Amino acid sequence: MALLDIRALSVDLPAPGGAIHALRRVDLTVTRGTIHGLIGESGCGKTMTAMALLGLLPRGADIGAERFLFDGMALRDVASSLRGRRIALISQDPAAALNPVLTIRRQIDDVLRAHHDLPRVARDARAVELLAATGLPDPARVLRSYPHQLSGGMQQRVVIAQALATGADLLIADEPTTALDVTIGAQVLALLRRLVQERGLTILMITHDMDVVAEVCDSATVLYAGTSVEDGPMSEVLTRPRHPYTRALLAALPDAGPPGTRLAAIEGRIPPPFEAIAGCAFAPRCAAAQAECRLRPPPERQDGQHRWTCLVERGTDDQAAA
Amino acid sequence: MGLGRYIFRRFILSAFVVVGVTFLVFVAAQVVPSDPAALYAGPRPSAEQIEKARAELHLEASLPERFIRFGKAMATGDFGVSYKSRRLISQDLAAFLPATLELAAFSTFLALLIGIPAGAFAAARRGGWLDRMGGLASIAAVAMPAFFLAMLLQFVFAKWLGVLPLSGRMSREIAISAPLAPVTGFALIDALLSRRFDAFGDALAHLILPALTLAAYPAGIAMRLTRSAMIEILERRHILAARALGLSGRRILFGHALPNAVGPALTVLGLSFAFALTGAVLVEIIFAWPGLGRYVSEAILSKDFPVIAAATLVVTLCYVAMNLVLDLAQALIDPRVTLK
Amino acid sequence: MRGLHQRLGWPGAVSLALILIAFGMALLAPWVAPFPDQGAGAPSIATKFLPPSADHLLGTDHLGRDMVSRVIYGARVSLSSGLLIVAFSLLIGLPVGVLAGYFGGWLDEGLMRITDVFLAFPALLLAVLMAAALGPGLLNSIVAVAVTWWPWYARMARAEVLALRGQPYVEAAQLMGVGHPRIILRHILPAAVRPLSVQAALDVGPALLTASALSFLGLGVLPPTADWGQMVDAGRKFFPERWWYSAAPGMAVFILALAFSVLGDALRDRAGGRRDGSA
Repeated sequence: MALLDIRALSVDLPAPGGAIHALRRVDLTVTRGTIHGLIGESGCGKTMTAMALLGLLPRGADIGAERFLFDGMALRDVASSLRGRRIALISQDPAAALNPVLTIRRQIDDVLRAHHDLPRVARDARAVELLAATGLPDPARVLRSYPHQLSGGMQQRVVIAQALATGADLLIADEPTTALDVTIGAQVLALLRRLVQERGLTILMITHDMDVVAEVCDSATVLYAGTSVEDGPMSEVLTRPRHPYTRALLAALPDAGPPGTRLAAIEGRIPPPFEAIAGCAFAPRCAAAQAECRLRPPPERQDGQHRWTCLVERGTDDQAAA
Repeated sequence: MGLGRYIFRRFILSAFVVVGVTFLVFVAAQVVPSDPAALYAGPRPSAEQIEKARAELHLEASLPERFIRFGKAMATGDFGVSYKSRRLISQDLAAFLPATLELAAFSTFLALLIGIPAGAFAAARRGGWLDRMGGLASIAAVAMPAFFLAMLLQFVFAKWLGVLPLSGRMSREIAISAPLAPVTGFALIDALLSRRFDAFGDALAHLILPALTLAAYPAGIAMRLTRSAMIEILERRHILAARALGLSGRRILFGHALPNAVGPALTVLGLSFAFALTGAVLVEIIFAWPGLGRYVSEAILSKDFPVIAAATLVVTLCYVAMNLVLDLAQALIDPRVTLK
Repeated sequence: MRGLHQRLGWPGAVSLALILIAFGMALLAPWVAPFPDQGAGAPSIATKFLPPSADHLLGTDHLGRDMVSRVIYGARVSLSSGLLIVAFSLLIGLPVGVLAGYFGGWLDEGLMRITDVFLAFPALLLAVLMAAALGPGLLNSIVAVAVTWWPWYARMARAEVLALRGQPYVEAAQLMGVGHPRIILRHILPAAVRPLSVQAALDVGPALLTASALSFLGLGVLPPTADWGQMVDAGRKFFPERWWYSAAPGMAVFILALAFSVLGDALRDRAGGRRDGSA
């Protein structure tokens, strides 16, 4: 059974002058012991999905779903009690995610105290062990430090250690590398990969960065305007993208075309979240769109593990060109 | 910069400021007024009297020499003699300073008691009517001249409602028939020490109106600062991160948000106390409060410069010392301060 | 073109109007005051202590002078002291801050430590000390307050200049061998003056509050010139029986200071790009 099994999740936020459709229709299946990418541009609903999983949606949010299950439990009811116990967040931008006026010891200890009934000495030993597990040299010194005394990469490792301290089996990593430079980011990704293998964790990796996804994810879901448009094993999604939006995303990568060609930026913009959409959300920006695309929701298509929603049926061979 | 170096630097700067302040006071009190000797010698002095005064005040000496003499005298608490009353200024200060400090401390307490919760509530109910009313009240409090507010409060509470005394620090019955034994000079504390609850209530009643007058401005400032600080802190990512790690709401509010708010709170404390100390000059006259403010304002009218200089210096030193303590406290609580 | 009230909000627009009216009345006092001679100080014992009425909307004082006229004439002193305090403070603070920020090093260190000394004083107390030393009088009280005021502008100017000094066009000018005075006058000063002058305009309110406190203490202008702070003090002897004597000038100070404060908030909101409460 999948650890996370979500079908047709929608989230509406109350706003003056009508609701904001933060999520329109998200399907998401995450298998235990894997890293699953959640990909999309900013504003597509990646972070909102994470907040829904953590039970941290703004007050008055209206959640709808056909299935919204974590380990077989209805998340809508138990999200806030699972938060920090079985589902934890690795925050984006560690410099902002750590409290500047508390020592690292305090900040890890607080998490340990919230979730485990351990004496102080045992908690201290556990904190050292967790920091060591994230590859931090000299954990004892790090514990005594304040956040500003650590480098960005070290701060990110501390944030990961905090997430490990919860003992959660699903970690949501929200853009864990955007605040870091490339080499440090790669080290952090390798660390996450190792943690999944060694500790049997499951990670939902939220990112807009295709390179990150390609590097560590086993499978991925592509989000567009609060809708999941494509989903499948990493190799499938990367080499044989089926949805026009995924193709466009891949084409926009700097190393996608031959040297010297211009980046293929996607024309147009994301539909505003308060707009109702009858057909395919991507239709206005889609080169292959037909008149019908705007009228009714696109059908779901499947090829083995690979699923996508698009009206237009196409072969996969033309991707080789891009 | 390490904490040790920060503290060292802060102390050096304070010492420099103390010397500078002393110099400014010296310039204002000894150099600017037309002829200190004529003032010192008393009303309608003869030529010999002025000569004698000149010698007593060492006015023939060079300016640097006079400044060093002045600084030494101030450092040893020898503030000289009042031109007018011929009393030792140090004795007068010892008598009046506690009254002013008591007033300033109590009004700071009131300002924080009103301003900080009001600001926190306004932040929690941002945009609501409570927030709007609070915003208006804080603007009004900041724009209100203290001397005018004092008169309004007197009018409403003393003359119209008659619930609080008009002025003074003690009722005549207590001050004359059964005076408090001055131990600390703080009426409230002395009353408690000698278990005189009648005197305590009386002192408190006299304290409320002047303290409220002085508290209005800092309470308005405190409310605004608290409001913006709380809004900013509660929206920070590390608060969300702490929630996402499953920490309890109470733990987050008191363990994580509050330590971040201590900085702004200390700033508010400093501002309030500083305002109360200086505002006392105005308010003490109106409420006939026997403190430094009234002492100074009387000295101003009689051009009694040694008194003005000594009082200014003492109050400023209180102020410098308080700022030093607050800065050090801030550095101990928020480790980033020492980086500046 | 949007209306003033849309750009400043109603409170801000009303405040601006009040301030402009106050300026207008101060300038035109001899023509708008109902009893110009009394406003200027001429007593009229026959009408002593009249309560507010149709003839004297705010009553009369202990010398029988019409309070409306006195308050209008008082606006001249209050507004001009507010303006002059800010102007004098800018005159000292701006050069100090610009020099400290531009040249840095020991000059910066020295000037900033001097600034620290002035900031170490509780402001009103230093003003009282200075005013007492200089003696009463409008100019003296203005100078006394300006002495406590300029360090703030020095600090602001220094911060502005520090930010400007790193700008490519300033560095380019330095590399091309343009002289320091020219760079300061050409590139630094104009850019630093803008934010400072906005702040200075808003400081007129607090400045006139401080000035009125000094004149309340008897350190401002001398009678018979009308001045709000001094009028409140004069009326105190007759308070609350003749409440209008103190209340009229007291309210005048309050309303004008309030108007400056509200206008300042409105301008800050506008500069911040959004109004509070709505994201």
